Amino acid sequence: MSDAGKSLALHLGLLALLFALQFVLPAYHHGNLSRIMVLATYAIGYNLLFGYTGLLSLGHAMFFAAGMYGMGLTIRHLGLSPGPALLIGVLSGLALSAAVGALALRTAGVAFMIVTLMFAQAGYLIILYFGDWTRGDEGFVIQQAQRVLWGIDLSQPTARYFAAWTLFATCLILSLRLIRHPFGKTLIAIRENEDRARMLGYDTFRHKLGAVVLSGTISAAAGAAYGLLFGYAGASFATVQYSILPLLWVLLGGAGTLIGPFLGTLFTFYLIDIASGLTTAYMLVVGVVLVLITLFARQGIGGEIRARVWAWLP
Amino acid sequence: MTLLSTRRLSKDFGGLHAVRGVDFDLPEGQIRALIGPNGAGKTTFVGLVCGRIAPTSGSVRFAGDDISRLPAHRRIRLGIAYTFQITSVFARLTCGENVALAVRRRGGDPDREVPAALDRVALAAHRHRLAGDLSYGHQRLLEIAMGLAQSPRLLILDEPTQGLSDSEIEAFKSLIRELGGQTTILLIEHNMSVVMETADIVTVLNFGEVLAEGPPEAIRADRAVQAAYLGTG
Amino acid sequence: MEGNVEAMEFGPYLMLASLEGAVTAAVLALTAVGLSLVFGVMRVVNVAHGEFFMLGAVLAWAVASAVGGPPALGFLAALLVAPIAVGLIAAAADMTILKRVEYDPERTIVVTIGLLYIIQQATLMTYGPEARPVEPPFNARLALPWITWDGGPRLYWPWGLSTTTYKLAVIGAAVAVLLGVWLLMTRTKIGLIMRATQLDREMAQAFGIPVERIYALVFGLGAGLAALGAVLIVPIQQAHYLMGGDPLLLSFIVVIIGGLGSLPGTVVAAILIGMSDGIISVFFTPTLAKILATLLVALVLVFRPQGLFGARPA
Repeated sequence: MSDAGKSLALHLGLLALLFALQFVLPAYHHGNLSRIMVLATYAIGYNLLFGYTGLLSLGHAMFFAAGMYGMGLTIRHLGLSPGPALLIGVLSGLALSAAVGALALRTAGVAFMIVTLMFAQAGYLIILYFGDWTRGDEGFVIQQAQRVLWGIDLSQPTARYFAAWTLFATCLILSLRLIRHPFGKTLIAIRENEDRARMLGYDTFRHKLGAVVLSGTISAAAGAAYGLLFGYAGASFATVQYSILPLLWVLLGGAGTLIGPFLGTLFTFYLIDIASGLTTAYMLVVGVVLVLITLFARQGIGGEIRARVWAWLP
Repeated sequence: MTLLSTRRLSKDFGGLHAVRGVDFDLPEGQIRALIGPNGAGKTTFVGLVCGRIAPTSGSVRFAGDDISRLPAHRRIRLGIAYTFQITSVFARLTCGENVALAVRRRGGDPDREVPAALDRVALAAHRHRLAGDLSYGHQRLLEIAMGLAQSPRLLILDEPTQGLSDSEIEAFKSLIRELGGQTTILLIEHNMSVVMETADIVTVLNFGEVLAEGPPEAIRADRAVQAAYLGTG
Repeated sequence: MEGNVEAMEFGPYLMLASLEGAVTAAVLALTAVGLSLVFGVMRVVNVAHGEFFMLGAVLAWAVASAVGGPPALGFLAALLVAPIAVGLIAAAADMTILKRVEYDPERTIVVTIGLLYIIQQATLMTYGPEARPVEPPFNARLALPWITWDGGPRLYWPWGLSTTTYKLAVIGAAVAVLLGVWLLMTRTKIGLIMRATQLDREMAQAFGIPVERIYALVFGLGAGLAALGAVLIVPIQQAHYLMGGDPLLLSFIVVIIGGLGSLPGTVVAAILIGMSDGIISVFFTPTLAKILATLLVALVLVFRPQGLFGARPA
């Protein structure tokens, strides 16, 4: 089998497995996996920028929150139905990432990290400032009646699982195609050696902007879906913590691997789940894992698999 | 027809005049060698030509158009290829992908053109190896293959033979002579046998200024050049 | 003068706001100079800096309550012990963690994020979620006069216009410590060595400067300054495990606006930001002020990366 064939088989196999798991999992893990698939979609978006383009953002929560609030606020205040609301959520992320990218990409390295961090912090504070509409930290619930998309009640576990799976599958296959596409290959070239890519005639700024927008839009789609599927939008999803988490997921799972975001999200989710049963200081786990990966396993799970077992892993 | 020309092109770094008021004309189809002692401003000069470095003053024209204000990638798109003095390949990508990046940018067909470009520098067997795993000399050749794969109108080679073996240098000379008919080449070179055997015209830079210009034999005989180069009168 | 003593006039109010602002500025200058020192010499951004501040406050409480006796004794012990302890912890973190990531700018940010969670959550596990005060060593109230025009200049004592001896002492202590840091950097051999390391790490190493030990010292000193700022403020505010967020954000703002790594610029910016904090809050809500400040920082990094007060390098 060719490398491309193997990788297609692996990723389709993962999707098939996830699809089949809904019939066997107990309710608790069934619900968890729905969440994990939506959050892994967020990680896929983050990985496009961090893993494949080499740009480390510390502010992706603003895109996740743009999707969540673009969707949630239009349902809550304009009475939109979920379909158009989701679309507005995604478009909010697209517009925000285009604006932030155009500014932040004038910097590089550490400055890029801090600029994205600051924009995201401003975004979080803006949500608090307009507390009359957003209800600030407390957030707001999206009622069950407002979560019926094309006759499907997304508050039902089965429908919710299927919706999360569809979103995840779409974004996974999309990114699989992207990295085989010349645009994706150019992003990888920019990650490897931006100066050389420019001296081959590539407009590296436009490519990086494209990557920020694609990454921000997928993150926003995940945020919008998360709000709709789980019926809640709150400012905590815009905090620094939600910018750090996708970084952690991707680092743990393996930056620059397609399967990494899912593996990292899955592991972290259950790690935090177990830790929070033991102590209120469960975020300790996040800190310890971040330090350990950076010190000892820079390539993450996916990277180690690629280095040791399957060299073809995309 | 003049493919490349610069007028009063200058670059200061702080108080250092790296390039000073250079007027330079390169006719289409010529192989031009650019020589000069270390620190003469050769790499800075080609950096100004292809837009990696912003000039302090002066202008650059390419194929009749003023390109002084174009960013580097736009100049490359007009048909300038630049190979780096310090090897700068995509180390963690395969040789094939390195060249394919050059081919795809101008809309070429990688499947057909990548093997051809690698073959011209005798690297076809290494297509699937990571560029970073190649020997230094082979990485230099890969740089040249990436330059060729762009099918440029002007190929700028910055010290291409540095680190090559004698047999590789011989192969390089014949490659340049072969290209001579189709491509204009600007070659920064230290190896005088390469300069003498390949260049149509030689330009000598010293302290950022053009010291002499002429056919290789005339340059070899020029006393001012000898003084600058060899430090002897 | 009509007898409305409840509402303070604008002039006295501004003076009160400036005094409160000066206290904020003093503590902020200490904290930010610590961050700036680390960035200046080591070229790394320490995201855990706010947690070293928090640790200083929490240790101050621990030391003060362990010592007991008169408040002045406990406070004095805290003033000596807490910054040194925090400095040692930071130096240990430098030698075990930062050294291992070779001070790579991006990886350092990631591991210090990890460190942030570890310190913060470990504090939550041990010290707990409560906010606890430390008693000031002295705290006499000082009423302040204001000049009014009543046919001629006349001094009067507006109701509510006052400060405390302790607050004035905080300002004095910060000025003294900052002077000490300045003398250390400019007039001592160790300062010269630090500046040499800052200019060219390889060259310093070639000249036999023990760069690794200098880095540990600088990292410890930076954290110690933050802890010192926290000990000074803890009799006015209270020690809490989440108190590190604001100092981190404000220090970032100050260091970036002041010009990355420039100590005089950092102090000027700290005074500006600290003083304006109180005055701005006359016109804006605190949230809006923070939004504007974070956006300002992002835009400064994008358009004037040398800071507002720095000169553009040639």
